[in-house]
Amino acid sequence: MVFLGGQVLPGNVGRAILGPFADQRAVDALNHSLGVDRPLLVQYGTWIWNFLHGDMGTSYIFRAPVAPFVIDALGNSLKLALIAFVLVVPIGILGGVIAALNLNRPLDRIISLGGLSVTVLPEFVTGIILILIFGVWLRWLPIAAAWPKGAGFFTQIYYLILPSLPLFLVLFGYIARMARSGMIEALDSDYTRTAVLKGLPWRTVIWRHVLRNALLPTITVIATQTGYLIGGLVVIETLFRYQGIGSLIFTAARGKDFPMLEAGILTIGIVYAVATLAADFLYSVLNPRIRLGAEQ
Amino acid sequence: MNATDSPSLPAVPDTVARRSPWGEVLHSLVRSPTFLTGLGILLFWVVCALLGEHFVPYDPLDADIINTLAPPSAEHWFGTDQLGRDVFSRVIVGSRDILTVAPLATILATIAGTALGLVIGYFRGIVDDIVSRVLEAFMAIPVVIIALLAIVALGTSKITVIVVIGLSFAPIIARTVRSAVLAERELDYVAAAKLRHEGALHTMFVEILPNVIPPILVETTVRLGYAIFAVATLSFMGFGIQPPSPDWGLSISSNYGMIGGGFWWTVLFDALAIASLVIGVNLVTDGVHGAFND
Repeated sequence: MVFLGGQVLPGNVGRAILGPFADQRAVDALNHSLGVDRPLLVQYGTWIWNFLHGDMGTSYIFRAPVAPFVIDALGNSLKLALIAFVLVVPIGILGGVIAALNLNRPLDRIISLGGLSVTVLPEFVTGIILILIFGVWLRWLPIAAAWPKGAGFFTQIYYLILPSLPLFLVLFGYIARMARSGMIEALDSDYTRTAVLKGLPWRTVIWRHVLRNALLPTITVIATQTGYLIGGLVVIETLFRYQGIGSLIFTAARGKDFPMLEAGILTIGIVYAVATLAADFLYSVLNPRIRLGAEQ
Repeated sequence: MNATDSPSLPAVPDTVARRSPWGEVLHSLVRSPTFLTGLGILLFWVVCALLGEHFVPYDPLDADIINTLAPPSAEHWFGTDQLGRDVFSRVIVGSRDILTVAPLATILATIAGTALGLVIGYFRGIVDDIVSRVLEAFMAIPVVIIALLAIVALGTSKITVIVVIGLSFAPIIARTVRSAVLAERELDYVAAAKLRHEGALHTMFVEILPNVIPPILVETTVRLGYAIFAVATLSFMGFGIQPPSPDWGLSISSNYGMIGGGFWWTVLFDALAIASLVIGVNLVTDGVHGAFND
């Protein structure tokens, strides 16, 4: 599907690269050397075959194999996404749990409304505001995610904090809301009442009975946000000039570099599928009904 | 019950009982502070979009090359940008493009999604199975990616953005309509229509459609919020709305490069304008959602 989108729609590839004033013979020659004048089905077969063998094609613009670019970019994006996730999952869940335990009190209102407001804002808007506050006025954090060459692990994290914050804010609202409603439901359930009535300390009830049940739907939500995250990365990486998979796709799309574009999109497709699978697996491990059902 | 039976009761319950369902919704809307706040913000930007150019102090497109990047002052409330254009005037008039493109995209999504949802909900069976799977696959792709591909293929224009956002949101509306139709089609009035030998089209659009309007309305307001999010993001990425439009996302994208130089006023006000519009629409959505679910 990605391949069709990239190949059928754009029309003449050689023309797109050389511009409208290029000589027709030059366009034909370029088309031939890129192989785009062959029948579509042949191109598609070759592309899939090569991709499965680790050859993602040759970039039209860089005139170099696509694979190293994609792998580098994917690594960079994973770093950024990982930092955002490491920050947001515990804090988001904690926020939701605190809100649920203070249901309808001011603290709950603040967390729910605040979470909802930051979730609906586009990433580049929160990004700009955060850059202004922490990068320009307070000068605490660098405004571009470009660390000096050979920078160590902690320097890299230092440069990535600001870019990960907009992702954090969008995800925080979702995760906190899911954790909150899961908690409310679990707190309201019969097994919680039983646990309280048999005299267990409140702390034990929360930790052993409520949290475990409340967090299942939250985990599913976290996994479904991978798709969102990929879209968010395109914006964030452009804003912070970070060489990730999102900015790679963006640059490839603007430059009509189709092998790069296709390889990038297929790669995030694979990442998405893996993330969904991992979430299903995690869910079944955590949910005793599914885990024990499978063993029987 | 009337007033003569129990004179002690006030007459209010009587009037409440006589109110139509739509009157009921309207009644709870005008008493919802969330809805009214949101509506206020939204109306402010609509007025700016329609009449802004008549009351702003400067022409938003007028460059003043000896007065570039001036910080906010009494003369230029929000300062000037790199071409010396008045930022305040640009922010006010900048609401126009986003408030044209986003609602049109939402309307397209609603029409396409409603028609699709009615058809798959009404016919169920294999039509539903096939179409629903296709819609799910489509929904898994982020809008930004769909937009990138479509814009590479079709070139960048407002129409492309409207179509891309409209068609990416249509499956979500279709899903909502479908589940509402699945519940409706089992009711007696649908059976009656079938007994009268009304055609499928008549049953869908004349009998069922009026009864599934509330969920469609709620979903439409939700989508409007997301459409504004998407349009702003796409114009920030340089797609759709083109210079010299004073559009907010576009202004941010052409000015944020200089942010390190401390020219905060060239981007901050546009960012706050987007934020206020998005939050305003979401407050309206919250109010509408609450009014229909009371």
